[in-house]
Amino acid sequence: MVVAEPLLVASAVSKHYGGIAALEEVSLQVRPGEVHCLAGENGSGKSTLIKVISGVETPDSGSITMDGKSFARLTPRQAISLGIEVIFQDFSLFPNLTVAENIAMATYVAGGRRTVRPRTLRRIAAEVVSRIGVQLDLDARVEDLSVADRQLTAICRALARDARVIFMDEPTTALTWREVEALFAVVRSLKDSGVALVFVSHKLEEVLRVSDRITVLRNGVVAVTGDVSRFDRAAIVAAMTGRAFTETSPADSARAGAPPVLEVDQLSLRGYFEDVSFLVHQGEVLGVTGLLGSGRTEIAEALFGIIPADHGTVRVDGKPVRLRSVHDAIRAGIGYVPSDRLTQGVFLDQTISLNVIAGSIDRLVGRGNLLRRGKAQQMVERAAAELRIRMSSASATVRSLSGGNQQRVVLAKWLVRNPHILILNSPTVGVDVGSKHEILEMLRAKGRDGMGIIVISDDVPELVAVCHRVLVVRRGRITDELTGERLTEEAIVKELVA
Amino acid sequence: MRPLAPALRPLPLDRLRGPNNEGVLVVSIVVLSLVVGAVDSSFWSVRTLLNIGSASLENVVFAMAVLIVIISGGIDVSFMAIGIFAGYGVIVLTGSTGFGASSAWVGFVLAAGIGVLLGSLNAAAIAGLRLPTLIVTLGTQGIIRGAMLAYVGSKVIPNYPQGLDRLSTDYLFTASSSAGDTRLNILIIPAVLICLLVSLLLRYTTLGRGIYAIGGDAESARRAGFRVAGTQVFIYLFAGLLAGVAGMMHVTQVRLANPYELVGGELDVIAAVVLGGTSIFGGKGSVSGTVLGVVLIALIKNSLILLGVPGTWQRATVGLLLLIGVSAQALSARVRRRHVDFLAQASA
Repeated sequence: MVVAEPLLVASAVSKHYGGIAALEEVSLQVRPGEVHCLAGENGSGKSTLIKVISGVETPDSGSITMDGKSFARLTPRQAISLGIEVIFQDFSLFPNLTVAENIAMATYVAGGRRTVRPRTLRRIAAEVVSRIGVQLDLDARVEDLSVADRQLTAICRALARDARVIFMDEPTTALTWREVEALFAVVRSLKDSGVALVFVSHKLEEVLRVSDRITVLRNGVVAVTGDVSRFDRAAIVAAMTGRAFTETSPADSARAGAPPVLEVDQLSLRGYFEDVSFLVHQGEVLGVTGLLGSGRTEIAEALFGIIPADHGTVRVDGKPVRLRSVHDAIRAGIGYVPSDRLTQGVFLDQTISLNVIAGSIDRLVGRGNLLRRGKAQQMVERAAAELRIRMSSASATVRSLSGGNQQRVVLAKWLVRNPHILILNSPTVGVDVGSKHEILEMLRAKGRDGMGIIVISDDVPELVAVCHRVLVVRRGRITDELTGERLTEEAIVKELVA
Repeated sequence: MRPLAPALRPLPLDRLRGPNNEGVLVVSIVVLSLVVGAVDSSFWSVRTLLNIGSASLENVVFAMAVLIVIISGGIDVSFMAIGIFAGYGVIVLTGSTGFGASSAWVGFVLAAGIGVLLGSLNAAAIAGLRLPTLIVTLGTQGIIRGAMLAYVGSKVIPNYPQGLDRLSTDYLFTASSSAGDTRLNILIIPAVLICLLVSLLLRYTTLGRGIYAIGGDAESARRAGFRVAGTQVFIYLFAGLLAGVAGMMHVTQVRLANPYELVGGELDVIAAVVLGGTSIFGGKGSVSGTVLGVVLIALIKNSLILLGVPGTWQRATVGLLLLIGVSAQALSARVRRRHVDFLAQASA
């Protein structure tokens, strides 16, 4: 095979923030028509590298070469005109405008045109959409689209500006299984037309299936780079973390005799889920999985009183409880770690200590309803030690922490309350491999202490590793329960897509 | 298994409503007219039409200024202060210097210029210093009104320069009845032209689409290459210009330049813009919806008089309408989100 000349080369790029090196002599080569996986834990320098290449950040040294032309630094406009596009996780679309406008507007702006003809916009958009062979309603407003269609819109917009290298940040995170397949079909057709794609992702299994080459960053330097076929999963994980893990440690045997902590009987919420019944025993980790929109998140939100159910009963420790509000749920001993921790789980700009005690203020007040600082500090110290939160001080803001440590703060907030039941929604999304391992280990330990734990996730290896039982939700109903021998990755995937 | 997601047709209400609430407004206007007409048959007359036209013609121009600002994700409460400063200021200026006294159009050009100048205060603070729009315009409202009363004048002026005096009695229509004459000023024509101009600007220019883009997501607009600060400068200068012209229209129509008027009347205009389907969160809104909103408010105020409701209740009614408009937006956004959830569920 003839190796194509690289299209984009970043060579020996360094970038320091204050005294800390975010990138140290990092080099990356992207060839035309290849899919390149850029992997690395949070804080390894992936985002900084993308920012340097797309002109958002200026490198301290090194160069970026596109089409043989070298640049010491780029501006965002220059990068775009060279054909370098970045699709961020939030897609940077205009929710209030139509798909056609989102796709074609940027070409208008770049061309310096003053007037807009809706028909021309639509034609440009239709042409791009048909080029990659997808179906998009050009007249729909982007806010009415599914996440997958928004992503396609962002890809089309990049193509409308003649993108030749497209960086995609965590492209599969918010997609259902089917949508990931559809995305990969688009990726293949882009490859054939010579466009290079760089995937930045934590979800290695998925991304590696379509990647040709991989570059792994660790602590700001390139750990390894090469053809994907040369590495197995364990080798990549080792390169990312610098440690070796056995990712799938089997869960300890379920406690069959233990009494149930949570009994859910025929819970229903019109339009979302129906007749949902299950038990969680003391010390059990129960997995709940299903595609996006299957009702899995709504079941959790109903149990936490966010969207109260219409019918059915819930018992905690044998006593029936009313769950009409979050307040009810907390009083009943239920905790909930939402999937979107940044907007729902933490106060980003508050200190770590305030975040940890935020859910337990009622237990920390003494006479006259005043906060007892000593007791609060003890609580924070204990939680930080137990969860191994890596922080400079407890008075640092949560924003200053990495994704894995932010998630630990969210967990700490609940664990200090010692709930009877803890529900975790996608607890390891956006969390690096090392932290993920520790978080799962901690959940298992909490289970052994007698807490009932429900993990909602579509990360199949994670479910198999940590759960005693897994329930599969489809179109608002529990369609299967997998335990013991039947609890395998293949079985879950088969049930999910059936 | 019973499917949980119902059929995914667009909700019938959506189709009636149109992209910016226009359908609901037309229905409201028709129903209100029928009700008022049933109670008091004198409603069905050319007079009513001319009254509403007169009441709307300056407000619709103010509303265009507010519309542009709200679409961009901001809010403006200084437009009435700019309007009265410009209108009253021109009367004082031409009265004392005699400059341009013979031509009404010179007066309007001057008012527009004053509007742009005062709008530049907003532009500098909002685009330059990146301050929040509500606070900035609240501040400039106070500054502009205070400066006018201190330096321009605080007396009511009944004598108009020749040009504006002539224009103020230049009527397009006159309806005579036993109760006296009702008239519609020729200024309705430039008001309509301004609406058309703003509509074209918003729909068919890169600048206009940029205003929607900024209102949708300012950071995305920056990444897409829109000049956000530059667009904001334009928005507040243009809003100032429109407010100046509208203020001049007001002063011309009432034939009595009173510096204590207009400020305090922001509610009517903002309520009209919001009822017209303009999203208070930015990014959505249309000229047609806004015009209908202005007409609806004028109609309601006119009807309250016909129905014998005390004038003191007008303000409360308009305030209530503003809240209804905002609630309708919030509720329909919630319904839409559920709808999208259903779509996701069905495709899963």
